[in-house]
Amino acid sequence: MSENATGPASAAAARPVPPVAGPTMRPLAVPAADFRWYPQLTRVSEGSVVAGVCAGLAEHLGVRVNYVRLAMVLLATLSGAGVALYSALWALTRTAPARVGAGRVDERERRRGMALVVVAVAGAVLSFMVTTATGLSVIVPVLVVALGAGLVWQQYDGGGRVAPRSVFDWARVTAGATLVVVGLAVVVLGQVELAALRSSLLAVVATLVGVGLLSVPVGLRLWRSLEEERAARIREAERSHIASHLHDSVLQTLALIQKRSDDPGQVARLARRQERELRQWLFGAGSRMSSGAATVAGAVEVMVGDVEDVYGLRVDQVVVGGDGPVGDAQEAVLGAVREALVNVAKHAGVDTADVYVENDGRTLSAFVRDRGSGFDPDTVDGDRHGLAQSIRHRVESRGGAVRVRSTLGRGTEIGIEMPLEGE
Amino acid sequence: MTDGSQDGPEGDGGLCRVFLVDDHAVFRSGVRAELAGQSTIEVVGEAGSVAEAVAGIGRARPDVVLLDVHMPDGGGVAVLRSVLGSDPGGVVDPARAPEPTFLALSVSDAAEDVIAVIRAGARGYVTKTITGEDLADAVRRVADGDAVFSPRLAGFVLDAFARATPGPADRGEPVHDPEVDSLTPREKEVLRLLARGYTYKEIAEELFISVKTVETHASNVLRKTQQSNRHALTRWAQSRHLD
Repeated sequence: MSENATGPASAAAARPVPPVAGPTMRPLAVPAADFRWYPQLTRVSEGSVVAGVCAGLAEHLGVRVNYVRLAMVLLATLSGAGVALYSALWALTRTAPARVGAGRVDERERRRGMALVVVAVAGAVLSFMVTTATGLSVIVPVLVVALGAGLVWQQYDGGGRVAPRSVFDWARVTAGATLVVVGLAVVVLGQVELAALRSSLLAVVATLVGVGLLSVPVGLRLWRSLEEERAARIREAERSHIASHLHDSVLQTLALIQKRSDDPGQVARLARRQERELRQWLFGAGSRMSSGAATVAGAVEVMVGDVEDVYGLRVDQVVVGGDGPVGDAQEAVLGAVREALVNVAKHAGVDTADVYVENDGRTLSAFVRDRGSGFDPDTVDGDRHGLAQSIRHRVESRGGAVRVRSTLGRGTEIGIEMPLEGE
Repeated sequence: MTDGSQDGPEGDGGLCRVFLVDDHAVFRSGVRAELAGQSTIEVVGEAGSVAEAVAGIGRARPDVVLLDVHMPDGGGVAVLRSVLGSDPGGVVDPARAPEPTFLALSVSDAAEDVIAVIRAGARGYVTKTITGEDLADAVRRVADGDAVFSPRLAGFVLDAFARATPGPADRGEPVHDPEVDSLTPREKEVLRLLARGYTYKEIAEELFISVKTVETHASNVLRKTQQSNRHALTRWAQSRHLD
């Protein structure tokens, strides 16, 4: 009745294997319901012809899916026992999670499966008629109702889609509902006289209203407790998410700091890096850092963090103006800023610096300032000169300008201006 | 705001009375220790919650309140609202005792937090990594009626005003927007230098103006941030938040 995309030979090998990892290792990724010590009968959602019951059974039992289908068809000819079994299994088993690599069944197999479905239903009907001597007038409406119910079931089955989305989904649900209603109507209208129709309709409506009135509070209550449970679950998930993040970051760093308490430089570095990470996690979610180095602001933050970690320099950075992608011009400025910060760390004799980056739409300007020893720009030694050249060269080759202001004893400021094109 | 109503008792080298509000006792004692070395500053009380703070400030009548931004039940903004009333920075009723000046001192440097307390009436914003000396200096400055900007706060305000003006910001040219009382070129320049890490004194040297003038500019920027530009800032903060 239904097919499995994997070949018959690999059906046994593809049997679902219980996850190896214990639930304590990754409490969030593996919901407790998925963990079992024994294989559980599941339906196969991908590549099923009707509902994946036969494919699931075949996988579970380790036999070819064709044999299962044939057995179902034979059972169906026993007054419809196979159909009943199929429906029961459909209703009572869960769908297996979709596996990677399993596609849909090909057309040939689907056609064969459909043919078997027709054979099974016809066999079931015929054997039922023969054994119980019921007429077609009863069988046909029942078949119509069953077909309609099957269509609707299929819609609300796998994939977790509750609301119909595509035109096809809607058509299927509508057709199924119509079949059910028509089938029931034929049965009912066949039994009642038209004269009594009005009063019976009234009775039905009155009953429905009564049931509705009585069940509303119960339904509301169920709904509310469901919502509460859901909210609690979300809170719990959030809490354990936070806990695991803090465990992986802050607690680890604190443990490291306790171990290294005799090395103040290392402690300061660890604390600073942790502060930056936590800050980014708490305040920067979704904006700058999460976009990585794709934007100027993000790139500045990454670059500054890098320098802070490597050189133990504490950098206060301010980024102002429109944030944009990092192009060649931006990259040159960022590289120069990095170089300037490294200079501060190496030569200025201070452990703090200020970085200011502004993009006013036409110019990208950057300033790196420290309050260190400073130098006389006219009498710099070769080493210093070279580094200044590397900053200058980077920026000026792209049409920018670099201005260095330094006063002995009062620190240095390097200003970079880079014109932006095409904005 | 700039009427100088705050520079009463501490104006002539008198003692500046400070009240600490922070929900972390460890941090309060740390600040206390840092300020203990300052001869002109006296810590007159502390509080660990919004309710305690409102009651404590009413009793102790400090000159300056060092205010944490993130606290349970409303945070620094709630304290500002209940102490300053519904009209922060408005005309102060002369019959009432002079209200304390608020200096926000927070570990958070998220734009929303900073802008929120400034709009609620804080006269400055510094982060908790500030040194004790700088903190004491900031306290004295707000007590004298000036605004204290950290570089980051200056950046946020610049950003806010740049976004509030239509089109690409024209450097050096005042933008006439009927809705937005925008910054003057000089104020922008002052803010930009602040964001670059300059002190008020260095800015004064750089722009060939007096320190007092720099302070006036900063105060004006703060006033505009608190009042005239409230709409634009709300919009900006929201857009930033939704980004």
